Amino acid sequence: MVQAAAASSAPVQKVSLLRVLGPAHVWALGVGIVLVGEYTGWNFAADKGGTLAALIICWVIGLLYTSVAMIDSEVTSTVAAAGGQYAQAKHIVGPLMAFNVALYLVFAYTMLEVSNAILIADTIKAYAGDGFGDWHYRGAIATVIVVLATLNYRGVLMTLNVNFVITAIAYLAIIVLFFSVQPWSQGAVLKLGEMVTPENALPYGWIGVIAGFHWGIWYYLGIEGTTQAAEEVRSPARSLPYGTMAGMITLLIGASLTWYICASLMPWQYLGFTYYPLLDAGKLTGSKTLETMMFIATILAAVASANGCINDAARAWFSLGRDRYLPTWFSAVHPKYRTPYRSILFLLPIALAFAFIANLGQAITFSILSGVLHYTFMSVNIIMFRNKWPLGTIRRGYTHPFHPLPAVVLFVLCVVTYFAIFLGYGAQLTAMVVFYIIMSVWFHFYRYRYVKRGDQFTMPWPKPRGY
Amino acid sequence: MWITVVNIGWAVSAALVLWMVYDWFKVDTSYSEETLTSSREGEIEATSEKHKL
Repeated sequence: MVQAAAASSAPVQKVSLLRVLGPAHVWALGVGIVLVGEYTGWNFAADKGGTLAALIICWVIGLLYTSVAMIDSEVTSTVAAAGGQYAQAKHIVGPLMAFNVALYLVFAYTMLEVSNAILIADTIKAYAGDGFGDWHYRGAIATVIVVLATLNYRGVLMTLNVNFVITAIAYLAIIVLFFSVQPWSQGAVLKLGEMVTPENALPYGWIGVIAGFHWGIWYYLGIEGTTQAAEEVRSPARSLPYGTMAGMITLLIGASLTWYICASLMPWQYLGFTYYPLLDAGKLTGSKTLETMMFIATILAAVASANGCINDAARAWFSLGRDRYLPTWFSAVHPKYRTPYRSILFLLPIALAFAFIANLGQAITFSILSGVLHYTFMSVNIIMFRNKWPLGTIRRGYTHPFHPLPAVVLFVLCVVTYFAIFLGYGAQLTAMVVFYIIMSVWFHFYRYRYVKRGDQFTMPWPKPRGY
Repeated sequence: MWITVVNIGWAVSAALVLWMVYDWFKVDTSYSEETLTSSREGEIEATSEKHKL
């Protein structure tokens, strides 16, 4: 009895996520998630608008993501919590927005993970030859998802160390391919002048360029995922802006090189159709070594992306549980590995189920849609952040320049991208918006009663201006 | 080769799932729910990174 009373009054042992990451891990998380977009996905923009459209979109969408990276770096260097944009939305806009943002995050990353697993299985199937049936195809998917989930379960440091190495290899493969095709000597291997002519550069005119925005998102989708590591980096105010901006620079260079190589080797009709533009570019050089290198790099890029996505989706889900937006059961942290293990395990069968039933186009579109909804929020979020807590009122690890220009650019480009998605996947766009509305109604009228309202706002900030 | 690799992948995946479920069960029965869900947003922020200008 005495022992029981003593036990009940003893302080509860605290278990939290581990702060072990540095800027290189942040880079590995962001670039790791995104780099697969250079290996597949971006090229479908060429199908919508031609090869030149894919280049225009590469840079215009690059502007969108540069705005995302700048805005994200400022807000996250201040709101350093797992959940990233979810925690930002909660403190700056409000709980309903935060709930929706977390759903966007979980959907975007889980669907991206699914897309990566399908891509790996498709790539292996293309090389495996006869006898590679459904059982083997699904086996490849299951292996990727389960092995990476286990890695994430065992700890964030090893997970992102692995991501750093495989992302660096996949990125170096693009650089090696670029120099192998002698870019300084057009006509030797590359034939840009023959592939892109004034007649076929924009086969559908400017509406084709707009339509291609949908797939252009794939060049950089996921760089904002760096913020999910906020609670696990040693110095969020330094590491997050540094890792995110370095990642964005890496990707802008990688995307431009990728376009140049692929546009110089393939006609737009093929470029817009293939699932493996860089792998095909390796094949078209005629070198077996380069083909093998690009095959391995394609697989590694997809593995790195899926790995980062599991990390990010689990943290967003975990954060929802921690604030009681979902049952607190999801907010458990593994006492030994210090990971959100229940969230990782919960999302594992969901990812497997989607990977077994969805096709690549649908999964990518769901991911893109959730991403664009999320970016739209970010443009509004930064305006509110600067209005409520102007410069000088709270400490910021990074202050982005030219405010509010990046927010306006981001918002306008998101609107254009919605239109582009509507042109190609109007039904999915409508279905997803309806889904989020239904979830918002559920949260507002049912779930929010379980939330401890005062506990959810944790940042030691002064009162916002006007309150 | 790939067929063999994927068959091994199935076996490895099954083993890993079993291990994770076992570890999950072990952790959940060894620690109180209060301890496992004791993580709070912003705790480290509040102690190590004061918002001083």
